[in-house]
Amino acid sequence: MLDLVNIFVKGIFIENMIFAYFLGMCSYLAVSKTVKTGVGLGFAVIFVLGITVPVNYLIENYVLKEGALIWLDESFATIDLSFLSFIMFIAVIASMVQLVEMAVEKFAPALYGALGIFLPLIAVNCSILGGALFMQERQYSSIAEATSFGLGSGVGWFLAIVAIAAIREKIKYSNVPPALRGLGITFIITGLMGVAFMAFMGIEL
Amino acid sequence: MSTEVKEAAAVAVKEPSEPLFSKKNKKLLTDPLNDSNPITVQVLGICSALAITVQVKQAVVMSLSVLAVMIGGNLIISLIRNIIPSRIRIIVQLVVVASLVILVDQVLKAYVYDVSKALSVFVGLIITNCIIMGRLEAFALANKPWPSILDAIGNAAGYAWILIAVAVVRELFGSGTLMGYKLIPDAAFEMGYMNNNMMILPPMALITVGIIIWIQRSKNTALIEEN
Repeated sequence: MLDLVNIFVKGIFIENMIFAYFLGMCSYLAVSKTVKTGVGLGFAVIFVLGITVPVNYLIENYVLKEGALIWLDESFATIDLSFLSFIMFIAVIASMVQLVEMAVEKFAPALYGALGIFLPLIAVNCSILGGALFMQERQYSSIAEATSFGLGSGVGWFLAIVAIAAIREKIKYSNVPPALRGLGITFIITGLMGVAFMAFMGIEL
Repeated sequence: MSTEVKEAAAVAVKEPSEPLFSKKNKKLLTDPLNDSNPITVQVLGICSALAITVQVKQAVVMSLSVLAVMIGGNLIISLIRNIIPSRIRIIVQLVVVASLVILVDQVLKAYVYDVSKALSVFVGLIITNCIIMGRLEAFALANKPWPSILDAIGNAAGYAWILIAVAVVRELFGSGTLMGYKLIPDAAFEMGYMNNNMMILPPMALITVGIIIWIQRSKNTALIEEN
């Protein structure tokens, strides 16, 4: 149990998707103008990461890995399909996003109203595919660990986008040098926030 | 006005047989280098751009991979643009790009294994690199193959120069080398010069790009945003 909590906390602070790996920067920069939209997209990312990482974990371990097909037949023990992982992961993500969108629309119309526009955007958010690829690289030992990693990175991403959106709302009232306005200052602030997050790096969990 | 009408008439009479490097096509190549740079102006493809700029070698390999995937993707999508049903075009684009990225990944693993290891997940992330999907959506779906190839080369070059510029700054000041060759002499270290280890850490990539944007927009004031 403590393992799971460790992976979760690590995903939020130490291996933060934005500040340590720059994943999902495109939507992070585009949708962080107000806190409200930031919160919407952040929740959508938590939601989708929490679902796609475990699904991709199952695909990785029961279809793609060397010897993963052994549950079908003994003779498949030497088959290694891992070169197909990119295309499988992206297909899973695109279809999961579609499914999630339909399910949310049917069963939680209020949530759909809040997330609506952001859900389809998420299929091409690097942090989702990045989550799947990190899960593959780090070889988590059980599906619970993979899920907690997915949720943790989602929460980390959420924190980052809400923080930058709040700062950008305030910075509207400051006198920024003209050439730095908008994109430039956002980059530099993100950099400084990254420096602050580096403080977590030494922590061993 | 009248010249436009004449031109339009000429186009209508015989299918556009404009020279391969007409003015319009040249603009496709040169615009993304500065005025519509994919990273600093269109804000595309930042995700993977920043994490791999610690060393120039990685940045060069990454740029070449993106160039290959973009040319292939733009060409293929542009060739089949008339038969893709528009409702499923995102999936079609993703499949084309993912297949090309698998090819690039296998080539990198075969020929430059150490760089491939260092790039780790970022080769796979070329699939969701907004630059590629963005140019497919915005350009290749509506244009002929040749302009699409030029657009791909232009945008990949615009991406590459920012990437390499950031990598040069970070490697030079962070480890005192360029492409792995030592540039700063030992004498300097003996006199008390020190590498700035901060440069190797991820946040400095963001700040370096921020400064590049600052310089670019001070020179070209048309790009300045409203607050």
